[in-house]
Amino acid sequence: MFESFLLPVLRVSTPLILAALGGMWCERSGIVQIGLEGFILVGSFFGAVATLSTMNPFTGFLAAGLAGMVLSVLYGLVVLRYRSNQIVAGTAINLFAMGIPPFFSKIWYDSTGSTPPIPTAAQFQVAPLWITFAIVVLSFIIYHYSRFGLRLRFSGEHPEALQSAGVSVRLKRWQGILMSGFLAGLAGGTLSTYLSSSFIRNMSAGRGFIALAAVILGKWKPIPTVLACLLFGATEIAQIRLQGVVLWGTDPVPVQWIQILPYFITIVVLAGAVGRSNSPKALGNS
Amino acid sequence: MVKIKDMNIFKYTSLLLLSFYLSSSSLNLAHAEIKVGLVLEKSGKDDKSFNASAYKGLKKAEKELGVTTKTVEAPDNSAYESLQRAFAEKKFDLIVAIGFHQLEAVQKNADRFPDQKFLLVDEDAKKPNVRSVLFEEHEGSYLVGALAALHSPSGKIGFIGGMDVPLIRRFQMGYEAGVKKINPKAEIFVNYLGVTGEAWNNPPKAKEQALDQYHRGADVIFVAAGNSGLGVFDAAEAQKKLAIGVDSNQNWLKPGYVLTSMLKHVDESVFDSIKLLKEGKFTTGLTRLGLKSKGVDYAMDENNAKLVTASDQKKLAEIKTDIIAGKIKVPDYYLSQKKK
Repeated sequence: MFESFLLPVLRVSTPLILAALGGMWCERSGIVQIGLEGFILVGSFFGAVATLSTMNPFTGFLAAGLAGMVLSVLYGLVVLRYRSNQIVAGTAINLFAMGIPPFFSKIWYDSTGSTPPIPTAAQFQVAPLWITFAIVVLSFIIYHYSRFGLRLRFSGEHPEALQSAGVSVRLKRWQGILMSGFLAGLAGGTLSTYLSSSFIRNMSAGRGFIALAAVILGKWKPIPTVLACLLFGATEIAQIRLQGVVLWGTDPVPVQWIQILPYFITIVVLAGAVGRSNSPKALGNS
Repeated sequence: MVKIKDMNIFKYTSLLLLSFYLSSSSLNLAHAEIKVGLVLEKSGKDDKSFNASAYKGLKKAEKELGVTTKTVEAPDNSAYESLQRAFAEKKFDLIVAIGFHQLEAVQKNADRFPDQKFLLVDEDAKKPNVRSVLFEEHEGSYLVGALAALHSPSGKIGFIGGMDVPLIRRFQMGYEAGVKKINPKAEIFVNYLGVTGEAWNNPPKAKEQALDQYHRGADVIFVAAGNSGLGVFDAAEAQKKLAIGVDSNQNWLKPGYVLTSMLKHVDESVFDSIKLLKEGKFTTGLTRLGLKSKGVDYAMDENNAKLVTASDQKKLAEIKTDIIAGKIKVPDYYLSQKKK
């Protein structure tokens, strides 16, 4: 059971959990974050590049986070300094991020958007699982029991109150954006150095948006968000397991029906099962 | 007067020069290098599989036939039409479109540029200026299916497909038939990665599917999923089991864990078409390449020499002759769908 179901669920959930926590922090500070997909992509590329050049997955993992963070600085400049529309800026970040890996891979590896395979010796075994677990615990503590967490949440709920208490809202929002960049970058790192062994073009494959759905499903709170990610991970694995299985009659269920499962569950759960999902009050108005 | 005469002389000489220039340039055109434009799928020339094979053929033509080539990769499935059109507008002699996703775009552009020559791989465009090449994937898959069964003591065998489309179903059907030929009681696990183009570029998911199949007892997994196949090889290495590659020779990716690869000689079909073009013998219409014409085959090299024994090879050679002779009828998914 553990080897065949729980462990795979944890594995496929790790990138979702990391990215979703990043998204949660950013949105809690009052900034809409649909650029997660882009941060994941850039993170997974530079994670693979750093792992290949140092032959150490931990440096690769760190590089992945930093790469996502660098891109998030751009996002921060656009939405905080220049007050651009956050949805448009996030979409722009996603499109921009798609072009970054092919550009550098052409220069470094003469390839149009993928890296050479990472040797087995330089691949992760289980470390990302533990790192993710630590980040979840840390997020929970910071969110509920620290002054930093409280202030960050306030900048998304009632920025005026925070401002009048003498705390910079803009600083909190910068912190939220940088955290989302770093965590989503780490999520990308797990894709290329842990869940597979090289960077492939567009390998984020929509995980940033699933993570965003998990944030909404988890009502912008750390533990429910993580649970939502695990739910998505579980449907993903269930979907793998149910393919070609005869549930009734003589013919197996058509594969298309099985593959809509994650999306179907998202709609059902969002549409009613969780009740009202209240976003941070000041989300999106900066 | 003198001035006018000078003017005339000037005019005449310039006209003369111009005519020389024109004739020489038209001469140049006649001897101009043949220009071939290659339009690849989203997974790109580094997919180590289908597109990589086409790219290899093109580069071979560039080297051996001295043609000028240009390669583009489509960022998504809506880009094929404009990429092909760009080549056509620049008067490329041949536009090579790789993959069934490009069918519609080729048909549109073939109508728009009736004098433009096209080569389309994996679909039949049914247009007078398009050479369409289809591979008999089911025949090659039958062979590797038989080999998989020979290497499966447990009788449990896996198949992982990329996008769920008739083409990949064809691989699957041939493969299953090959497995059953050797071991009629074999149990076959089948997984598909998705129903969108993302399925070709999702190695993490492919790895999970492969790990799942290995956990259920599979000894060998045949993967036909473009870039995603790399995830299956990772899983094979992690579990110390076997995998079978596709399209290009992928044995080198994880030596010792890749039993063989079902070769689809896209490279040779691209090369041959360019060669025919150069010799002026280019023909349009449908070409089918199977075991007989060596369009499909299984890969043997130093990386899998230890895995595939001499007796295996003998057995496969027998099956191959039987298929070519028509003694073994390999089920074809396309035909099975037509009957319905």
